Amino acid sequence: MTVLAASGSPAAPPPRISIYRHGLVVRLTHWINVLAISLLLMSGLNIFNAHPRLYWGAAGADFDPAWLEMKASGDRGLLRIGALSLDTTGVLGLSQASDGSWNQQGFPDAVTFPGHRDLATARRWHFFLAWVFVINGAIYYLSGLITGHLRRDIAPARRELAPGALWTSVVDHLKLRHPVGEAARRYNVLQKLAYLAVIVILLPLMVLTGLTMSPGVDAAVPWLVSLFGGRQSARAIHFITANLIVLFVIVHLVEVVLAGVWNEIRSMITGRYVVPAEKHR
Amino acid sequence: MISRRALFGVGVGGLGLSACDRIAASPRLESIVGRGQGLTLHAQRLLLSAQPLAREFRAADISPVFKPNGSMRPDTDAYQALLADNFASWRLAVDGLVRAPTSFSLADLKALPARTQITRHDCVEGWSAIGGWTGVPLSVVLGRVGLMPEARFVVFHCADNLGRGPGGLYYESIDLFDAFHPQTILAYGMNGGALPVAHGAPLRLRVERQLGYKQAKYVMRLEVTDRLDGIGGGKGGFWEDRGYEWYAGI
Repeated sequence: MTVLAASGSPAAPPPRISIYRHGLVVRLTHWINVLAISLLLMSGLNIFNAHPRLYWGAAGADFDPAWLEMKASGDRGLLRIGALSLDTTGVLGLSQASDGSWNQQGFPDAVTFPGHRDLATARRWHFFLAWVFVINGAIYYLSGLITGHLRRDIAPARRELAPGALWTSVVDHLKLRHPVGEAARRYNVLQKLAYLAVIVILLPLMVLTGLTMSPGVDAAVPWLVSLFGGRQSARAIHFITANLIVLFVIVHLVEVVLAGVWNEIRSMITGRYVVPAEKHR
Repeated sequence: MISRRALFGVGVGGLGLSACDRIAASPRLESIVGRGQGLTLHAQRLLLSAQPLAREFRAADISPVFKPNGSMRPDTDAYQALLADNFASWRLAVDGLVRAPTSFSLADLKALPARTQITRHDCVEGWSAIGGWTGVPLSVVLGRVGLMPEARFVVFHCADNLGRGPGGLYYESIDLFDAFHPQTILAYGMNGGALPVAHGAPLRLRVERQLGYKQAKYVMRLEVTDRLDGIGGGKGGFWEDRGYEWYAGI
């Protein structure tokens, strides 16, 4: 690459290379997913608030030992995980409603759907959205297999998984260095692995653990709930997996901001992505 | 097709508190969202068409304390009187769309074939407990009285006034698909002993494969019917009248 700037004359602006990055199905299913997962999460927190305790095994209720619980103790809100107890007053265990009153509940009204304790409504929305999520996901998988999107864009190539290549990508991420030019046309290897983990592990795990909380499904497919170690274990895994999905979304959004918020968002709306030009050094 | 604006409007609005409640309360959205219930029912009926049994556990799996929920001790005079004589004068009335309306004493029910099952009880709130139940299969009782061809549902009328006041009596209903399942029993025993008052003495429904609120306690009367809209609040059960789904297999 010629370094024009070295001569002292002002560098000509690099040509603006724009590519068609995301197909219609990917974009559509992405935004339906944003909506479905947001509301699934928020209605899920409302459902969790009906019994903010988690157990391992088939059964577990008030008289059994919980490995995680959120509760109010006096005027403090507490989150307990195993032997670790954290004061979470105002957020978990004890929080304020929009009218200023204090509620003894797991997650605060501000992050639940609906924004007040309503198990019946939260369940109705959660199960409806679960259908939307599953159908939307099925369309994504099917289209991804047919068009080759999953194999071509998501599955890492063997050479990308070489320790050296992985390490380079880790260092790039730590230095907040984003790919430019030719490399920016593809997902980087950590990005591919993150997407793969969400697509192949977390989201299917969410659906399967969710299904096994249904006594009807458990009668029809008894091995599935056994695979997770019983219904209460499945409920706990459902909760942990939801947290991991939230973690992914946070990292995902941070990366969108770092990589160029408008370019990234536009590419997921119109499909059009401007390849960041290689910098002149 | 969802417009981009609608997509973002709802997505962003979903984060705001009042917007959340507005969305949840919108009658139009409510009717769309409510259809998920029918989809779930039909999908599960397909999965359960061979009428598989819910898993049965070992005696060692029984929960040390089975959490009682809902009514723990009905305080009506009528129930207290029945309890005082240890349910000697209690009778289960079976009527509605049946050929021979009959009433059964506790001794009558105990003389019928019995089934014992150790199953997992799942509350709609999220917790589970394992308990052993002994009782007469509902199919046996329905066989005794004979169903009319129009029969579609069995309604369980209970003694407890959970709603405190007129119209507050607990009731539940299931359809014949679940009524004739081998694990659907009218239980008079729990964990090897008599059914405790906190768990619905003298008789409660066990309809495994559905959630706790379907397991009606303090059952006084079975009404066989072809429709639910004329009973109670019309939705098929105490909690159904308060917004919960009639089909509680999920």
